[in-house]
Amino acid sequence: MIVETGHFALVMALVVALVQATLPLIGAQRGNEAWMAMARPAAIAQMLFVSVSFGCLTYAYLTSDFSVLNVVNNSHSAKPLIYKISGVWGNHEGSMLLWVLILAVFGAAVAVFGANLPPTLKARVLGVQALVSVGFFLFVLFTSNPFERILPAPPDGHGLNPLLQDPGLAIHPPFLYLGYVGFSIAFSFAIAALIEGRVDAAWARWVRPWTLAAWMFLTAGIGLGSWWAYYELGWGGWWFWDPVENASFLPWLSGTALLHSAVVVEKRDTLKGWTVFLAIVTFSLSLLGAFLVRSGVLTSVHAFATDPARGVFILVLLLIVIGGSFALFAWRGPSLKASGLFLPVSREGSLLLNNLLLTTAAAVVLLGTLYPLFLDAIGGGKVSVGAPFFNAVFVPLMVPLLVAMAIGPLLPWKRGDLVAIFWRVQLVLGLTGAAVFLTWVFAADGPMFALLGMGLAAWLAVGTLFEIGERTRLFRASMAESGRRLRRVSRAAWGMTAAHFGVAVLVAGITASSAWTVESIQTMRPGETVQIAGYDFTFEGARDTRGPNYEAVTGTFTVTRDERPFTVLRPERRVYPVEGQQTTEAAIRSTFLGDLYAVIGEAEGADGAFVTRLYFNPLVPWIWAGLVIMCIGGVVSLSDRRHRVGAPSRRHRAQAVESPAAA
Amino acid sequence: MKRVIYILPLAAFVVIAAYLGVGLTRDPHTLPSVLIDQEVPPFSLAAIEGREKGFSSADLIGEVSLVNVFGSWCVACRIEHPFLMRLKDDNVVPIHGINWREENRQAGPAWLARFGDPYTLIGDDPESKGAIAFGVSGAPETFIVDARGVIRYKHIGPITPEVWESTLWPLIQELRKG
Repeated sequence: MIVETGHFALVMALVVALVQATLPLIGAQRGNEAWMAMARPAAIAQMLFVSVSFGCLTYAYLTSDFSVLNVVNNSHSAKPLIYKISGVWGNHEGSMLLWVLILAVFGAAVAVFGANLPPTLKARVLGVQALVSVGFFLFVLFTSNPFERILPAPPDGHGLNPLLQDPGLAIHPPFLYLGYVGFSIAFSFAIAALIEGRVDAAWARWVRPWTLAAWMFLTAGIGLGSWWAYYELGWGGWWFWDPVENASFLPWLSGTALLHSAVVVEKRDTLKGWTVFLAIVTFSLSLLGAFLVRSGVLTSVHAFATDPARGVFILVLLLIVIGGSFALFAWRGPSLKASGLFLPVSREGSLLLNNLLLTTAAAVVLLGTLYPLFLDAIGGGKVSVGAPFFNAVFVPLMVPLLVAMAIGPLLPWKRGDLVAIFWRVQLVLGLTGAAVFLTWVFAADGPMFALLGMGLAAWLAVGTLFEIGERTRLFRASMAESGRRLRRVSRAAWGMTAAHFGVAVLVAGITASSAWTVESIQTMRPGETVQIAGYDFTFEGARDTRGPNYEAVTGTFTVTRDERPFTVLRPERRVYPVEGQQTTEAAIRSTFLGDLYAVIGEAEGADGAFVTRLYFNPLVPWIWAGLVIMCIGGVVSLSDRRHRVGAPSRRHRAQAVESPAAA
Repeated sequence: MKRVIYILPLAAFVVIAAYLGVGLTRDPHTLPSVLIDQEVPPFSLAAIEGREKGFSSADLIGEVSLVNVFGSWCVACRIEHPFLMRLKDDNVVPIHGINWREENRQAGPAWLARFGDPYTLIGDDPESKGAIAFGVSGAPETFIVDARGVIRYKHIGPITPEVWESTLWPLIQELRKG
């Protein structure tokens, strides 16, 4: 009964979405206020219906209802609770239900928090959002129904792919989807603006927080996925340029560009067509990512659903959504008039450079991801484009981006003076030079790119801090004056500072881990010791252990440094009997300078010897720290009142509400 | 002129969509090899570290065998691996391996040491000589070679129990009969 309720609620959500996708749009066109006002309750109702539907599927998983095909295929009664829950979205049908849930939640959020949006804009944004929802509801109901029954019900399920039974992966898809789908709001705003024929500072102010929120979730999602690959796959690597990784990275690149170009629209009333274009592109790339993953056009470990019917459906959806948007853009885009002019060397100029580099990067990653498909379509055979291609084209684009990132925030709007800037940043240049020199001293035999990478990281980190110093006139005005200025720095500015600083930390981590990873593979008998990066790893032997739904071999390494005990590492190799699969669980001990990383392999001979892989991965924790700092920057920026309430006119009311709570 | 710029995204998308459409009609798993039903061109690969014998075209004569292309860098090979280990334990057909495109000479042997070694013979193929002989397009890929050294089937992607039961195993039995 619960299951049928879930199915029925999903149908109801579709019906409500159909209403929401038609009446408000027509109402906005005709000036019918009652029809426009339908958007808000419809968006909320849609969200409630999808929530009920999602709740019902979750209930079926929690109670291990094996009369539901989806539960049979992806769950097992002996699975721990958390993986029964994550099993809901650990499969194609459930993940699409999560997708429509998030789509509806974002729509409802605009309906609730967008009280100060002009009525026509709000009606159009919610109408467009519902059009997208309708497409996905139809997709779920007709090709991927998670509520399908199976009779007679089997006694137990097939279990969830063990690689997916991991806390990192359990929470990673929801974050990715919050990112992907979050960009649908920017998309809906862009389409609504094209229909209205107007993009102005207010529009940009409404779009920015939604874009920022989506960007933050996507950053977190990509980071979690990468972290999972790092500790679960057991190769010591964290990014593989896998097509599915690229699918999440593409909207991140264009979304980052959008985040910056929207600033220009808000502050300077220019780059309008471009910003609308980026908003469409970003959501299109999210949809393309969904297509690539779901259709099985590109084979990858992640492609857990390969069904031609679904592929065709998503392709049609892509044609309508993306093709329709670009057609609208071609028709209405030229009417968006810009008023602000600027010179190449200016804040706007640097943001435009940022945009060009990021979109070029997105274009080459897209090309590399789709190239095998293109070649195959014209009969050129199957090829795979690997990491060497991506590194060769991506890294050179990031170098000027990072150089400009430190300079851009120092430039004034409209026109700047590059020569004067270079005089001002002597300190930054000097410290960067020192960082390069130190890198060279500590790793004289290291690759040349490491010097460049560490130099860029230092340049960006110091440059970002320098910008805050400039803002507060640190060491030039009195400490009291600087302190006063420091308190006046807006949260949005702090957010930018944190995010840029996070990128610097990330770049340092990526560079160091690519340049100086130490790897050692050997057979070790109990009691044997291997030294890596100054740490002595002593193998104490391995024994059989047992988890809730797996059996494992657990190895023990005691690690000492300079004869003193440092840590104990316990890597595992698990076998999941239900699914008949193996996973490795690397044991990782993080230090400030890097990770000690141990993996245990197969037994070798009868004397307790095992194949072991030991790594020292320098500065890998900096990668995760950098991503966390970037996300914190996003949160801080979002907490800026100007972002939260959109228009400044609400400021007084917001303060009035807040002050009693503060007192 | 300005209008043209606004039309460009649509034009670019139409091209991409056309390719995606064509891509959908091509199942990446059933693409035939141009070398099917032809004798494997002569090749000779060195042994990987830790083994004495390499793998060459002469080794294929006399018995129906599977030739599996793998690499420690290949994600899907890792997925396929437990099934190959099962086939080895059941001892139904010799499985030969082509360890393709390893940059590090220890990487392949270490991978096998870690996950198990299902292969009867293994050739080290850093320069894709063996891969070219078989017309390999990616890893993992598996070929069925008959007793006369003729390639009879090519499977792209990981071997799953379903593929084994429905296609590979029946073909092997048929080839053994005549």
